[in-house]
Amino acid sequence: MLNDFLILMKSELVISFIIFLLLFIKVGTEMTNDRLLSLVQFLLLANFIAGFLFNEAGSLFGGAFTTNALMAFQKSILSLGVYLISLLFADWLKKSEHMPEFFMLMLSALLGMFFMISSGSLLMFFLALELSTIPVAAMANFDLEKKLSSEASMKMILSSAFSSGILLFGISLIYGATGTISFTEMPALLDGSPLQILAFVFLFAAFAFKLSIVPFHLWTADVYEGAPIAVSSFLSVISKGSIAFILLTALYKVFGPMHAVWYNMVMILSIATMVVGNLFALRQQNIKRFLAYSSIAQVGFILVGISSNSIEGISSVVYFVLIYTFSNLAAFGVAGVISQQTGKERIDDYKGLYQTNPFISWILALALFSLAGIPPTAGFFGKLFLITAGASRGSYFFITVAALNLIVSLFYYLRVIRAVFMDKNEQPIEKINMHPSTKLGMIICGAGIVLVGLLSWVYDYIVNLSM
Amino acid sequence: MNDFLHIPILQVLPPGWDLGWSLMLIPLLPLAGFLLLGLFGRKYVKNSSGIIGTTLLLVSTALSLYTAYGYFFEFGKVDGVYQKIIPVQFTWLQFSPGVSIDMGIILDPISVMMLVVVSFISLMVHIYSLGYMKGEERFPTYYAFLGLFTFSMLGLVMSSNIFQLYFFWELVGVSSFLLIGYYYDRPSAVAACKKAFIVTRFADLGFLIGILILSFYAGTLDFNTLIERLTSASAPEFQSAITSSFLGVSALTWALVLVFIGGAGKSAMFPLHIWLPDAMEGPTPVSALIHAATMVVAGVFLVARLFPVFSMSPPALDIVAYTGIISALFAAVIACTQTDIKRVLAYSTMSQIGFMMFALGVSGQGGENGLGFTASMFHLFTHAMFKALLFLGAGAVIHFIHSNEMKEMGGLRKYLPVTHISFLIACLAISGVPPFAGFFSKEEILLAAYHHNAGIYWMALVTSGLTAFYMFRLYFRIFWNRSAIVHGEHHGEGGFAMMVPLVLLAVGAAAAGFIPFGNFVSSDGKRPESVFHLEFSIAPVAIGLVGIFAAMWLYKKQNDRAAAIAKSLNGFYKAAYHKFYVDELYLFITKKILFNLIGRPAAWFDKNVVDGLVIGTGNTTQVISEKIKGFQSGKVQQYAIYFLAGVIGLAVLFIYVWK
Repeated sequence: MLNDFLILMKSELVISFIIFLLLFIKVGTEMTNDRLLSLVQFLLLANFIAGFLFNEAGSLFGGAFTTNALMAFQKSILSLGVYLISLLFADWLKKSEHMPEFFMLMLSALLGMFFMISSGSLLMFFLALELSTIPVAAMANFDLEKKLSSEASMKMILSSAFSSGILLFGISLIYGATGTISFTEMPALLDGSPLQILAFVFLFAAFAFKLSIVPFHLWTADVYEGAPIAVSSFLSVISKGSIAFILLTALYKVFGPMHAVWYNMVMILSIATMVVGNLFALRQQNIKRFLAYSSIAQVGFILVGISSNSIEGISSVVYFVLIYTFSNLAAFGVAGVISQQTGKERIDDYKGLYQTNPFISWILALALFSLAGIPPTAGFFGKLFLITAGASRGSYFFITVAALNLIVSLFYYLRVIRAVFMDKNEQPIEKINMHPSTKLGMIICGAGIVLVGLLSWVYDYIVNLSM
Repeated sequence: MNDFLHIPILQVLPPGWDLGWSLMLIPLLPLAGFLLLGLFGRKYVKNSSGIIGTTLLLVSTALSLYTAYGYFFEFGKVDGVYQKIIPVQFTWLQFSPGVSIDMGIILDPISVMMLVVVSFISLMVHIYSLGYMKGEERFPTYYAFLGLFTFSMLGLVMSSNIFQLYFFWELVGVSSFLLIGYYYDRPSAVAACKKAFIVTRFADLGFLIGILILSFYAGTLDFNTLIERLTSASAPEFQSAITSSFLGVSALTWALVLVFIGGAGKSAMFPLHIWLPDAMEGPTPVSALIHAATMVVAGVFLVARLFPVFSMSPPALDIVAYTGIISALFAAVIACTQTDIKRVLAYSTMSQIGFMMFALGVSGQGGENGLGFTASMFHLFTHAMFKALLFLGAGAVIHFIHSNEMKEMGGLRKYLPVTHISFLIACLAISGVPPFAGFFSKEEILLAAYHHNAGIYWMALVTSGLTAFYMFRLYFRIFWNRSAIVHGEHHGEGGFAMMVPLVLLAVGAAAAGFIPFGNFVSSDGKRPESVFHLEFSIAPVAIGLVGIFAAMWLYKKQNDRAAAIAKSLNGFYKAAYHKFYVDELYLFITKKILFNLIGRPAAWFDKNVVDGLVIGTGNTTQVISEKIKGFQSGKVQQYAIYFLAGVIGLAVLFIYVWK
């Protein structure tokens, strides 16, 4: 029994261990930020590697906690993302006097996500979701001296409280309609009655809120702009990735019998999300708001893959999230170092960046090419598989709209690339000195963007897990 | 699992011709050049980077020629039929257990022919650039991009499956974007490369959808299997592709038309040609490479590659034929009015590609009917020679005079003797004067059109006369017309590096027509009957000569006859000069219609509704917001309202409306 507990919950236990370790270090020692950062980076790397060891499938607590190889891999993607964040934003982290708290909060949120991915009942899911949200709101307030940062935090906590309220309402309705909160018992009891549809809409709205699906996306741009870039990137990559994973479980395993209903809902929202995300991204001037809207559009594409309700759907979404982690973190990482050292966040400020900073210019170009889905970057394959998976459902209208949006997105990604490589600037951003670990993070991201697409076994591996 | 490292070489080649690795080297050497020069060029090998790139490509060209020799004369033919050989193939991506994407190399007459053309022309451009681009600050970058482009193009023609072809197709797009935008400090070059990229990307969307439909029905991405399954009337795949229809047109035709849209975008066919003239902003040798032998003929190559499938769908072939002939005539008319010499050549390219396209469109599969196919490929081959020559010659002129405008030129034959003679040979070749190369290939195209469709034949004949006219207009305006005005010191024709390619290509343009092309390349791999009729060639040659003499009469000496004619054709001339306003039409559609219909309302909604609501809410909660300034509490409430509206909207929609 104890053995089971230790093996099945090993990822969660490792994270808890790191959190407590940080707490003791904070309270009991006088470790400098430099050494502590190296220690945390090492621990996060170890955690990522440990994610691939001793993976067994099973469940605990009467089915409230389940795990299998696919879930373990999903957790590993999130761990990788957190590790990359600790590398990419090293400069910013080092300067903060509350660095241990930052990591404690981030890891608490990560722990919540792990529980969420593994949740086997609505109660577990709700608790995990709250655990993954509240610490992030505190993180958003981390630039203590900046008003925008406090505002972002406040907006986030209020919006998510509202969304949680709706979610709880939905959970009580679904309990009323089926008499169970267990994921395994629920599918047999679902018949698509109006009450169940209403409950489903309430539940889905909570997912949609976290994923920034239109029209539940309004908080996104404000929060991304106000929060420190490290937190924005955490929100846009790690948070969204975890919700995309649990959404797969919820839609495919739990609400599978109501596929006819949610397929249409996902389709409508996906189209709205892609179109609105793209249209707004076109006119953004601030790089953080730009990335916020572009990531909204990316989520629209994730929904295309999710709509397929098939094994290809699972594998293409997991694969895409992996690629998206590399691409979006690279873009945020570049925006982060520039903002940290020069305070410049406008796209116009990026003009002529290539003349002074060729390395980060290339990383940014790779990231944006991948986000735009241009071959041979991994983003191309990610989008291709998402669209192919979505196409298997046969709604050609939907697929055509998705493909057209892919073209539109090209305009604004190329706009940034043009600013960086081609536009002239009297006073380009000066040469930036990066922390070595930031450079390492960027190289890992760049390598990921190139290799994940070209090495065929990565996708093969995910397909095998998805079956 | 790890197929990437394990490359099986299929033993279909005879002993002594085990070409697997050397075939792989043909595209990989230019790629190595790209990586080498791209990474280290600027720091370590700045001045020798041109030599490095050229040497690598020289090896690659030698390997291509060796392969071509082996294929055409030693092992390619079995029982009088050229085989399709796949010496290298490995699985690249396993999408699902049933569907995988392979990578491989295919050897068949057209791919081997293209290997020779691409590597040879690219080599000429590499050598020429040693002189032309000398002293450029970003010299290594230039050679790096050339290497990338050559790699993509060689990969494209060797692709053994349609997805691999698409992959390289996009790479060609990316690398041409880099080359056209090479002078990134010129706003016009930046706009041009963006335009080229977006227009061709837009067309590629059609291509991608076409690929998905084709592979859906054929159940494979592999060219050989796909062609086999979609061309035999008894195959179930063919039956389902031909019987299922959308808007009354079969799925097969839809797929082919969509694929053709991709091809038309890359090959600058009407109405997707608008990027081509602007793309002249790139360095002149790049124009020669992109416009003569490589990127623009990719569309022709694509149709030729899938030709057996196209031949199963007469409507699709008709679209190819009519798009081709309309583009040919349209571009020829515009070319007569342009004054920028590179733009004349650009429209001339579009016109000649139109010839290749409609030749495919009027062709049938196999035997006597396959004449159009052979003619198209033949014209592709000869055109590569004389068009590269024309561009490189124009490069020499521009190098000398520092301007693209005709009015700055005239009487240059004394200063540029080698350029003059080679340019004249190229003009004679493209005008179809015997015995130069263009005569033979154009003759075959016209013959094929004559047998198939009289309307196309007559239009082609007119175009051919116009071709002779505008080419000699160009020739006389540059080299005769008036005595040269040369300011100050001049540096002659450039160095040895710029002369050698001109001479080699001139030999090609003069003599390539004597190659018995039909023996090597035909739609079914067999050697067709010889179909040369002397009496048939009287009309085309005559009309070509009329064009040449008309140009001579108007432009050899300075006079105002041309201006008078232009004046008498006032409206038409103006329209042609402005390229029939196609660019303006696109601008109208994108700027006026799309922008007004979507952009304006979105902006209006954002400005009036969203902001209005926010401001309104802000006013009502003014008391609170006074106290917590900057917190914008109104906004968060607004978000909650949207949120709730979304939830209720979805619930109502799915409970009551869309059950």
